[in-house]
Amino acid sequence: MSERTAGETDVVVVGAGPAGMAAATRAASLGLRVRVVDEQQSPGGQVHRGVTRGDEGVGPRFGDEHLRGRELVRALHASTATVEPGATVFDVDPELGVAVLRDGIAHEIRARHLIVATGAIERAVPFPGWTLPGVMNAGAAQVLLETSACVPSGRVVLAGCGPLLLLVASQLADAGANVVAVVETTGAIDHARALPGLPRALATPATFARGLAWLRALRRHGVERIGGIRSLAAEGAGRVERVLVGVGDRAREIAVDTLLVHAGVVPNPQLARLMRLEHRWDERALAWRPRVDAFGRSSDPRVSVAGDGAGIGGARAAETDGAIAAIDAAHALGAIDARVRARLCAPLLRERRRHLAVRPWLDALYRPPGWLVDPPDAAIVCRCEDVTAGEIRSVARLGVRGPNQAKAYTRCGMGPCQGRVCGTVVTTILARAAGVAPAAVGYYRIRPPLVPVPLAALARMPGGGNRRDERTGGAM
Amino acid sequence: MFRRLAGAKARAEVVIDVDGERVVAREGDTLAAAMLVAGCVPFRASERSGAPRAPLCMIGACFECRVEVDGAGSRRACQVVVVPGMRVRRSRAARPGA
Amino acid sequence: MGGKGTDAIVVGGGLLGAAIAWGLARHGRSVRLLDEGDDALRAARGNFGLVWVQGKGAGCPPYARWTLRSAAAWPAFARTLAEETGIDVELRQPGGLKFALDEREWRERAATLEALRFALDGDYPFEMLDAAAMRTRCPPVGPAVAGASYCPLDGHVNPLRLLRALVTGLIGRGGTVEPESRVTSIAVRGGVFEVGTVRGRCAAPVLVLAAGLGNRELARRVGLRAPVGPNRGQILVTERLAPFLDLPTEFVRQTGEGNVQIGDSMEDVGYDDRTTRDQMARIAERAVRVFPRLAGVDVVRAWGALRVMTPDGLPIYEASSERPGAFVATCHSGVTLAAAHAGELADWIAGGERPADTGAFVAARLRAPAPGGA
Repeated sequence: MSERTAGETDVVVVGAGPAGMAAATRAASLGLRVRVVDEQQSPGGQVHRGVTRGDEGVGPRFGDEHLRGRELVRALHASTATVEPGATVFDVDPELGVAVLRDGIAHEIRARHLIVATGAIERAVPFPGWTLPGVMNAGAAQVLLETSACVPSGRVVLAGCGPLLLLVASQLADAGANVVAVVETTGAIDHARALPGLPRALATPATFARGLAWLRALRRHGVERIGGIRSLAAEGAGRVERVLVGVGDRAREIAVDTLLVHAGVVPNPQLARLMRLEHRWDERALAWRPRVDAFGRSSDPRVSVAGDGAGIGGARAAETDGAIAAIDAAHALGAIDARVRARLCAPLLRERRRHLAVRPWLDALYRPPGWLVDPPDAAIVCRCEDVTAGEIRSVARLGVRGPNQAKAYTRCGMGPCQGRVCGTVVTTILARAAGVAPAAVGYYRIRPPLVPVPLAALARMPGGGNRRDERTGGAM
Repeated sequence: MFRRLAGAKARAEVVIDVDGERVVAREGDTLAAAMLVAGCVPFRASERSGAPRAPLCMIGACFECRVEVDGAGSRRACQVVVVPGMRVRRSRAARPGA
Repeated sequence: MGGKGTDAIVVGGGLLGAAIAWGLARHGRSVRLLDEGDDALRAARGNFGLVWVQGKGAGCPPYARWTLRSAAAWPAFARTLAEETGIDVELRQPGGLKFALDEREWRERAATLEALRFALDGDYPFEMLDAAAMRTRCPPVGPAVAGASYCPLDGHVNPLRLLRALVTGLIGRGGTVEPESRVTSIAVRGGVFEVGTVRGRCAAPVLVLAAGLGNRELARRVGLRAPVGPNRGQILVTERLAPFLDLPTEFVRQTGEGNVQIGDSMEDVGYDDRTTRDQMARIAERAVRVFPRLAGVDVVRAWGALRVMTPDGLPIYEASSERPGAFVATCHSGVTLAAAHAGELADWIAGGERPADTGAFVAARLRAPAPGGA
């Protein structure tokens, strides 16, 4: 097999966010050969995106976090780990051959251990009209603000739930955008549900201080806040022009130029699913997560999942996750014994518990409501193939119980995004249609290529020279 | 769609071509950012319904920002950084037979 | 699961089972189609979608005739499905090409097809196209291809729509589809089959086993044999392109959606339905060699799926003499033969005559070492 291997290394880390950077740096410090493959042009991930590019003049999100990102990048670059930027993993085979697409050319790295640190994506919240230009994820506006110093022009409304919704609203308002309203699904019921988690959450006062600062900013800018909404729709000719929200028994219409939506983040499932790692449905977070042990080791002992990709914990928890996974990988590869692993991990495990203390409260408070995760028939669910929630429900009536049969019948999840956007929603719709738990419904079977790959790049791939009989016959 | 902040740090201009129009971007911009600031919206049409589409996620997950870049395939504009002279075609419908 | 008044139980929700079930429902039979769950091995989900005649049955004229009859029945079959269900299965039968990359392959193909025509008393339309004639018929073919064989009866459909249409048609005629109902037991009492599944029990006087690879185990329980095994095929699918390929070829076709589907691997790898990069590279390389314009086109999806193969590649359609009312059916051409399965084969199971040319398709032929080539 060695002739098809472009390079071999001890550890391949996929993703250079907080978890990936910390994992790579730590693994390298333990004497392992490490290669980081990251889709972005420079390390940082979504949360520390472009921290090394310098100040965009828009103010850092929160000073200490920004500094933390720079430290992580500096440490990574100072380590012996090799970083491959602008590179996307499109396949991992059972022998841990990692296929990478970079500048239109495919190559392969053979790993002895793989650390998946592919982070989170914003939860898709399909509602009627969400495919209109001008409707974007709140996180998308944040990316544009922080990397290109631009804000939506015209009237901006943010809708949904979660800390990021408030953060982005305050960032945009501070930057001078015309934020007219923040429309939240969160209401009295959510506050009541979250209450039991509050005492533990208060152990991390910094989180609250930040949240309060965002709310103060919104008040200062005169941004209207509407809570406890019961429905959401966007309308417009060719682009979003108004947002319709159900408040109590009435519908309210707000004119907008940009509608930013957010309902929390979920683990990016693609790579873990491609490798057929075991997953479980996390009912608290309303999302799938790969089954991992305390060290982040997955159901495949050669593969660890670290950071938000293993379950949402935020940047600081991801960082500790990454370091723990690296130490554990060093143990798996025989570089350190179990005692050393225990000693090195002990403080990190404590630190992670502290960072996670706020999660139960946050998850309960900002739990997206049923009408948002199980959208109305008219809402397009699969944006790539224009499949509505109603079509998913109609094939459920033909005996379809899972996403893969739904995909075969409706084409949902068949487009270029490979179900990244609609996967969790389709699971939820089918589960609720059949009255069963999402765990019983399952998820899309993810196949390579994880991103589109030019045919010529596939043809020239290492191993592609391994020609067999050209005249294989017969179609299926 | 988007506007550059007055206080934005000065960076070199990068001129690109979008459907024959001259678009002035800023060094380091992703193609998606440059197009949103220049008002090049929609980016594409749904191949199934023909409905207009524009970026949703900006992190490479949703594939709504696909455009043709320098004749090559359909690229996620949010994952491509502008370079001078880049030629971009918005995919209004499926591309003509390769 | 009550089972009151069920005339037939069909085990297997793939193309073969669904075609037979719909065919029986059209005879007025009350049918229950037992299916597995979302993660079952499903050849029907990985199908390439060809309605293919050319080369089929070389060395076995009855199989060639059976294939020819099904291809001829396809237009009416597709029309009926569309009328009953509103689902257009995108049938196109413009004829199909099979390429020859060099002179030797071209001559061998010509000889094979000539022999087949002779065996069928001349009733077998095909043309051998030299390079110029091939490019006239199909301009995008690149210079590396020496020529092609062409059969005017070849075509293609959307296999996923076909399955959906069959299931929709079955339900429309009062049949039921019961997912996640893996069969755990089969008993016979008073001429009635009692089928236990992981969800419950049902009973009917007719039992059709069309469970693909599952038939291997199930057939024994009714005194039949289905020595089938998996054979993997891998398929690549490109982004949508404007129409450029107006007829299917044996390993590249452009679908009604505009995507180009490429694939032809045949791998004996057991029950592993993953894709592999060496096969993906081989398939991609061959596609680019045949259609150079595809080089820069993006592959957006790929999959592997397991064909259900008998040792000689031919079907088994057999009635149990030990357990009257029980049938086993297996084949690896669920699309091409769908019209025959929903028609003649279902007619037989419903009490009619065994279809012509299918008499040899019984497991007994496989006792001797099997000759190759379907």
